Amino acid sequence: MIRFIIYRLLGAIVVIWIVSVVTFLIFQAVPLLSHTNPVYFYTGKVPFKPGSPQLKALTHRFGFDLPLYAQYWHYLSGILFGQTITDGVSVPIKCPAPCFGYSFRQNELVGTLIAQAVPVSLSLIVGSAILWLVGGVSVGTISGLRPGSAIDRIGMTGSLAAVSLPIFFTGPVLLLIFEYTLGWLPDVSYAPITQNPVQWLRSMILPWVSLAFLFAALYARLTRSNMLETMSEDYIRTARAKGLDRRTVVIKHGLRAALTPIVTIFGIDVGTLVGTTVITENVFNLRGLGFLTISSIQQQDLPIILGVTIVAAVALVVANFVVDILYAVVDPRVTV
Amino acid sequence: MTITSPVPSAASTDPGVFLSVEDLRVHFPTDDGLVKSVDGLTFDLRRGEILGIVGESGSGKSVTAQAILGLHKGSKAKISGHIWLDGQDLVPASEDDMRAVRGSEIAMIFQDPLSSLHPFYTIGNQISEAYRVHNKVSGRDARKRTIEMLEKVGIPNAAARYSDYPHQFSGGMRQRAMIAMALICEPKLLIADEPTTALDVTVQAQILELIKELRNELNSAVILITHDLGVVAETCDHVVVMYGGQAVEKGPVADLFDVPEMPYTWGLLSSMPRMDRVRQTRLTPIPGSPPSLIQVPKGCVFNPRCRFSDRVEGNRCFTVHPDLLPTAPGHEVRCHIDPEERRQILLTEIRPNL
Amino acid sequence: MTTETAAVPASPAAPGAPLLEVTDVRKHFPGRSVGLLGRRSNPVKAVDGVSFTVHQGETIGLVGESGCGKSTTGRVVSKLIEPTSGSIRYEGRELAGLRPGQMRPLRREIQMIFQDPYSSLNPRHTIGTIVGSPFHIQRTKPEGGVKKAVQGLMERVGLNPEHYNRYPHEFSGGQRQRIGIARALALRPKLIVCDEPVSALDVSVQAQVVNLLEDLQSEFGLAYLFIAHDLSVVRHISDRVVVMYLGKVMETTDRDTLYESPMHPYTHALLSAVPIPDPTVESRRERILLTGDLPSPSNPPSGCVFHTRCPKYRTQLSETERERCRSEEPVLEEKRPGQSVYCHFAEARTDLIDGEADLPTTSGLRETRPRSAA
Repeated sequence: MIRFIIYRLLGAIVVIWIVSVVTFLIFQAVPLLSHTNPVYFYTGKVPFKPGSPQLKALTHRFGFDLPLYAQYWHYLSGILFGQTITDGVSVPIKCPAPCFGYSFRQNELVGTLIAQAVPVSLSLIVGSAILWLVGGVSVGTISGLRPGSAIDRIGMTGSLAAVSLPIFFTGPVLLLIFEYTLGWLPDVSYAPITQNPVQWLRSMILPWVSLAFLFAALYARLTRSNMLETMSEDYIRTARAKGLDRRTVVIKHGLRAALTPIVTIFGIDVGTLVGTTVITENVFNLRGLGFLTISSIQQQDLPIILGVTIVAAVALVVANFVVDILYAVVDPRVTV
Repeated sequence: MTITSPVPSAASTDPGVFLSVEDLRVHFPTDDGLVKSVDGLTFDLRRGEILGIVGESGSGKSVTAQAILGLHKGSKAKISGHIWLDGQDLVPASEDDMRAVRGSEIAMIFQDPLSSLHPFYTIGNQISEAYRVHNKVSGRDARKRTIEMLEKVGIPNAAARYSDYPHQFSGGMRQRAMIAMALICEPKLLIADEPTTALDVTVQAQILELIKELRNELNSAVILITHDLGVVAETCDHVVVMYGGQAVEKGPVADLFDVPEMPYTWGLLSSMPRMDRVRQTRLTPIPGSPPSLIQVPKGCVFNPRCRFSDRVEGNRCFTVHPDLLPTAPGHEVRCHIDPEERRQILLTEIRPNL
Repeated sequence: MTTETAAVPASPAAPGAPLLEVTDVRKHFPGRSVGLLGRRSNPVKAVDGVSFTVHQGETIGLVGESGCGKSTTGRVVSKLIEPTSGSIRYEGRELAGLRPGQMRPLRREIQMIFQDPYSSLNPRHTIGTIVGSPFHIQRTKPEGGVKKAVQGLMERVGLNPEHYNRYPHEFSGGQRQRIGIARALALRPKLIVCDEPVSALDVSVQAQVVNLLEDLQSEFGLAYLFIAHDLSVVRHISDRVVVMYLGKVMETTDRDTLYESPMHPYTHALLSAVPIPDPTVESRRERILLTGDLPSPSNPPSGCVFHTRCPKYRTQLSETERERCRSEEPVLEEKRPGQSVYCHFAEARTDLIDGEADLPTTSGLRETRPRSAA
């Protein structure tokens, strides 16, 4: 088992490294292809005339005239060991590891911006993941055990509706009902859980529900079909033939097998959401990673985009790694 | 199995009878119509006996087994008739009552031991679970008992293999483990549904041997469901031949192979190539294919494939459903052909080509 | 480790040069790779030095337990997979090592029928498309058009030609196997590799398909490599039989000799394990039970690969004889005319099927059927 974990871990590190190389190259290619001096993407302005010796000097200070591998190493070593950032004009800034660079437009370290956004995104993702997992799996299990029953039909019609409703519809509708019409949640501005847990909870409820709504529907349908399939397996018949009671048959023998593929999908879904909950964050005005991504794309703030991309990629790889390990624990047939 | 009079009688007539199935019907309503998987099946079984139920796919033999175990309860299947087990009728029994019977009184093993074992739990866990449902014992005792059973069914190094998962066992070992699971509560009736179909002949021989040994030891009754007449000849004391959801011939194993009287049984016997006979130039298949269980042929179920329906006067094969009638002690046949003529056909037309 | 190619004489029914000559064929699958550096465990020796010949119009039965390599041998012969080493000569032409492009014209001559008539037919294609596909793949135009040819084939294998536009799920298991046979027949092959073609069928239907295969053989002069685990069917259909165990040939001889006086202890065990549908015979037969499981083909036993499960080794041999089984691998060699056996202590037995050493029917067992193809 330990060997299996080490191998998977090594694999994950290799993937993250490849991601860093590829993103680095893509963001190198953008200035080249758009014939823009890379300085523009870093500072938001080109303070000197093209071709002027000052611009050349500035380009040199940022290291854009170095060979690619040297630039990459500079970037990588920044992430690994930290660096000092200077544009040659302002006071040099200490950027501790992991250093994703400095946003000259926001006048803030990218790492600081990300660190502010991550708790918001995590609050949103973890909370809604729990909601949709519990909701989706229970609806799906009940439906799958009684296909064609009233509960099944209500559950599946409801989930079909939920799958078809986009967040930019459900979100505003929820806000309209609970914040403006009923007035149950008058102030939904975000507060960190460490400072004001009650306000945190208040601010997160509607985002959780609207994000979980869509996923719960998907998970309910998935659980239902897995459950239907599992309950017709031969080993379920064996379990019944032993004289086990229905609860044990369903939970110990049925659900365990039906949920295994869901573990995989759940891990990947959660991993993918890091940095991509753009719509939810926008609808509810949450300053999370998705919000940061969109605003930095709009402002062409390359260092932030680069930083968020790597953080999101790492999140996905980590999720994948956790899923692999979990799968090996759950399913003994996976060769360890 | 005992001599059964033409009129189905209650189990109490013969004190030796342990399981008595009476006019069992299992019908499944579907969108295409009512599927009559089992349609009026009657047989008796004593302890210590092995009863073979033979038939092709769709003959209703597996459905019968599952009905005895009450596995259709909670589904849409409509079940009527009686299944007397030691004087208790299982057909009207509740799911809770059946649960107490399953595993402890009646146990079952299935065709494919790999898919019949849960892939996520160890062999030992699954077997001891079967023991603990019916016996209030500690985990340690259940484990001890499980290892004993694994040894009894011939799994070498049983203590170590307790913690193995099904995929780490070979096909034959898995079926042994299934047998251990089935017999751990010493059931009075073991139902084996095609237990060796998925196995190699060499392993089949071992498994059949094991079933016979354990039958002797526990004095259990065994129902062996199979499509292989060779397996029946090797293992069983009595045979029920099923076709289209009905028993078409029943009898002691010697009678069935020596003096079979139903044309379907003749067809089965002559369609299989036999190693112990002169090699035939051609096999003699039964023409056509098994009947639809939704639109069962009028009259005799076998009439569309029967070569001898012209031997019956008045087209009765196509209009009147024949009864299962005794032809010799313990031997019953569902056929309109006159018994004398049947024996004649067997002697002159069937036997020479077997 | 090398196995001598024992010359198996052609059966009297098939004189002349062999159609297919398989010599010392091996198929080793690479072991599971362990770790990042790709260290591999021992290769799985699925087929390990198999030799046999097939003459025109004859049927070679290939039998053995699951995992003995018989199916892999069939796939190698039909070139679905490339052998690791050895030679496959078809009409004198070497097939091993041929590229797919070079193989294509030969594909029409060697066809295959599979066990599972459910999964080997594409459910989204009509019968017409399935049976006609070989024409399209080989880019040949049969006389009178593809449709006419396909309907002719359907009629020949006992299907209603009007069902041209139906889908596989509308047919029963036996009919689906007929579809598979029609597809294999389309390009008039000379050799058909039949991989467990009747194992999934009910007895009564199985007999129909076996008869069909025999009729087609006489009509078109086909040769079959008939892979099956059912020894009764193999006896019925084969002219000669090859018994395999753990990737190797244990015994090979003509059908009657194999069933009447087999010499290899493994053949003895196989034959004795087949139940006979006759309770009287059953009660007097000796059942030779093999103990233990099939050893791993990636780590076969030393010496004779069968010694770990051999009943003879266990009960009849002296310690010095056993030592020989453990240390020295036997060679497949001709012990009696036309009967090659891989065993140091081969000995014929005649009592396995009917439980009596000499039965009046023995002469009857000798009867062979006439063959129009010969």
